Amino acid sequence: MLEIKGLTAKIDDKEILRGIDLTVPDGEVHAIMGPNGAGKSTLSYVLSGREGYEVTGGSVLFNGRDLLAIEPEERAAAGVFLAFQYPVELPGVGNANFIRTALNAVRRARGEPELDAVAFLKEARSAIKALKMPDDMLKRNVNVGFSGGEKKRNEILQMALLKPALALLDETDSGLDIDALKIVADGVNALRGPRFSALVITHYQRLLDHIVPDRVHVLASGRIVRSGGPELALELEANGYAGLEAA
Amino acid sequence: MPAVTETIETIDRLTDGGYKYGFETNIEMEFAPKGLSEDIVRLISAKKDEPEWLLEWRLKSYRAWLTMQEPNWARVRHPRIDYQDLYYYAAPKREAPKSLADVDPELISMYDKLGIPLNERAALAGVAVDAVFDSVSVATTFRESLAKVGVIFGSISEAVREHPELVRKYLGSVVSPGDNYFSALNSAVFSDGSFVYIPRGVRCPMELSTYFRINARNTGQFERTLIIAEEGASVSYLEGCTAPMRDENQLHAAVVELVALDEASIKYSTVQNWYPGDAQGRGGIYNFVTKRGACRGRKSKISWTQVETGSAITWKYPSCILQGEGSSGEFYSVALTNNYQQADTGTKMIHLAPNTTSTIISKGISAGHSNNTYRGLVRIMPKAHGARNFTQCDSLLIGDQCGAHTVPYIESRNQSAKVEHEATTSKIADDQLFYCRSRGLSEEDAVGLLVNGFCRDVLKELPMEFAVEAQKLLAVSLEGSVG
Ligand SMILES: Nc1ncnc2c1ncn2[C@@H]1O[C@H](COP(=O)(O)OP(=O)(O)OP(=O)(O)O)[C@@H](O)[C@H]1O
Ligand SMILES: [Mg+2]
Repeated sequence: MLEIKGLTAKIDDKEILRGIDLTVPDGEVHAIMGPNGAGKSTLSYVLSGREGYEVTGGSVLFNGRDLLAIEPEERAAAGVFLAFQYPVELPGVGNANFIRTALNAVRRARGEPELDAVAFLKEARSAIKALKMPDDMLKRNVNVGFSGGEKKRNEILQMALLKPALALLDETDSGLDIDALKIVADGVNALRGPRFSALVITHYQRLLDHIVPDRVHVLASGRIVRSGGPELALELEANGYAGLEAA
Repeated sequence: MPAVTETIETIDRLTDGGYKYGFETNIEMEFAPKGLSEDIVRLISAKKDEPEWLLEWRLKSYRAWLTMQEPNWARVRHPRIDYQDLYYYAAPKREAPKSLADVDPELISMYDKLGIPLNERAALAGVAVDAVFDSVSVATTFRESLAKVGVIFGSISEAVREHPELVRKYLGSVVSPGDNYFSALNSAVFSDGSFVYIPRGVRCPMELSTYFRINARNTGQFERTLIIAEEGASVSYLEGCTAPMRDENQLHAAVVELVALDEASIKYSTVQNWYPGDAQGRGGIYNFVTKRGACRGRKSKISWTQVETGSAITWKYPSCILQGEGSSGEFYSVALTNNYQQADTGTKMIHLAPNTTSTIISKGISAGHSNNTYRGLVRIMPKAHGARNFTQCDSLLIGDQCGAHTVPYIESRNQSAKVEHEATTSKIADDQLFYCRSRGLSEEDAVGLLVNGFCRDVLKELPMEFAVEAQKLLAVSLEGSVG
């Protein structure tokens, strides 16, 4: 269970998160919507431990553990995974090598045995197939020269292999064609279960047709200004965010 | 004089285990007196039972050296070296063993600590190892199977005795004693090194490998290596080394000469990990090396690949003289500097003949307070019609206290030649580090991964097992450089 209480955070003395309260019970998927610049990506970065954000108040517990007190890699080992809004290119670093190194780092940290290259490739190939990605994705350098949609799919591939307990998806649907959207949604749905929860940041209802959320929250000006069931997304789609920020 | 005895534990305590290979063995050493003079040169030659012509050659070199000045154009700084305060000869006391079984067990165990299990590695990887312990070769394996195809692989002292005509013909023919200050010094006092001869039409059946180790206090190390590939012959040669921990700076001035005749090819790979000095810049090896290959024959090829992580100072420019029509030279280099290390390294490609080609891929990584300079010369002579060069020179900075410098010299005296030069400087970006860490990699592993990615074009030129070693080395050398 993810429990965020009164979370406030600054960048360069500019307050971006202004008191976030949010609880995501195990097994649930929550959507976060909200206008550009509201602080959605900032929230996902603060949860995964990116430097440069000063947490000025509040707390974040994940399965009882104080996430804010530990390093990004320790959060990964604890099961936190961020699918980046803008995935980063790593020139010269092979995708398969990268994912396997990450997977084994996480497994080591969790006291699980490492996967050898053969076992890993087997898993990776079947994940790639499920995501209908071309095989050469594994051989290419991480995100280098990938199209926008391929980068997003590569995030989902990593998620599928790392099997997180908490996935933070930051606009993973942006830039995806309709088929890819469905594939990505399937990727998330495949992980759904009692030990998996997710925060899905999106601007569009259409993703939520495929990943049906348990709750929908509206983040505006650094606060959750409204929460509701899946129907809230439909309402927002029809009316926009007008009038919400004042709330 | 007895050798200094230290245990790994002591050294580990002194260094916080910072330099994994920093220990000395307690094999007794026999020293010549300190300092350099004609008498010392004569003594070295006499100890080795050398023929008169070689003594004369050494003496001539010594006299040339006396008239020369230490070069000062490189971007390196160091206290003045007192050449009279060094030993110029050191050797294990026992006689050179005939087989592995005769090798001092102490020495074998040292190689084991260094991760060089001679017997296993040689057998498993099919690598013939000519291990140089200070100045005298002490173990050579696989010599017999090499002999079957006529390949000569052994120490240069041995070659002087057994193949004097070859040594006399080629020694100093690529790097003349008077070429530079350090080559003159080396020619006067060279201790030992490897000799390789691949006869006409023979592809050397295995990779040849030498591991070096400097192991005597205050002992200048003056390796001399000579590799000759006759017409149509080919060979891949690996050089790698680690050195024990010590406080004083140690001078190392090696000379490597390669000769490739018609359609011959020589691939020379180096992983260099000498003691770089401590985190404050104290101690470490001074490495002033002259490496040069002559592509004498038509369509001959010489390829240098180096991964340099060690030494306090590196001064090194493996070069190719492209004399044969259609010959080609390659230089692939990774030079990593951390803490207070200084590297001024690069290559020279001298195009003399028509249709010669050269490729230069240089990757410089600077961390800590280090300074890393790429210095490259591409010279196209008037007769080199249709010559081509491609140079790619990339620098990676880690932190903001270090320096990266690129000094390309391009001299083209032939209109039809094509010379391309590309250079980039980059930093490891915060978002790359965070991306890796968010996937579970530690900061150090992330840097290691990114640095290896940066060097990939060079690492892939190394023989497989060397590449793996080199990757680890890069990661180890960067420990503590971030965060
Ligand atoms: N490094 C930074 N320096 C200064 N301001 C920043 C920085 N990063 C983010 N911000 C600001 O913080 C605010 C929130 O940004 P954030 O990226 O979290 O928004 P978002 O809700 O994800 O928006 P979008 O829907 O456009 O992705 C914005 O006003 C943005 O300009
Ligand atoms: Mg955003």
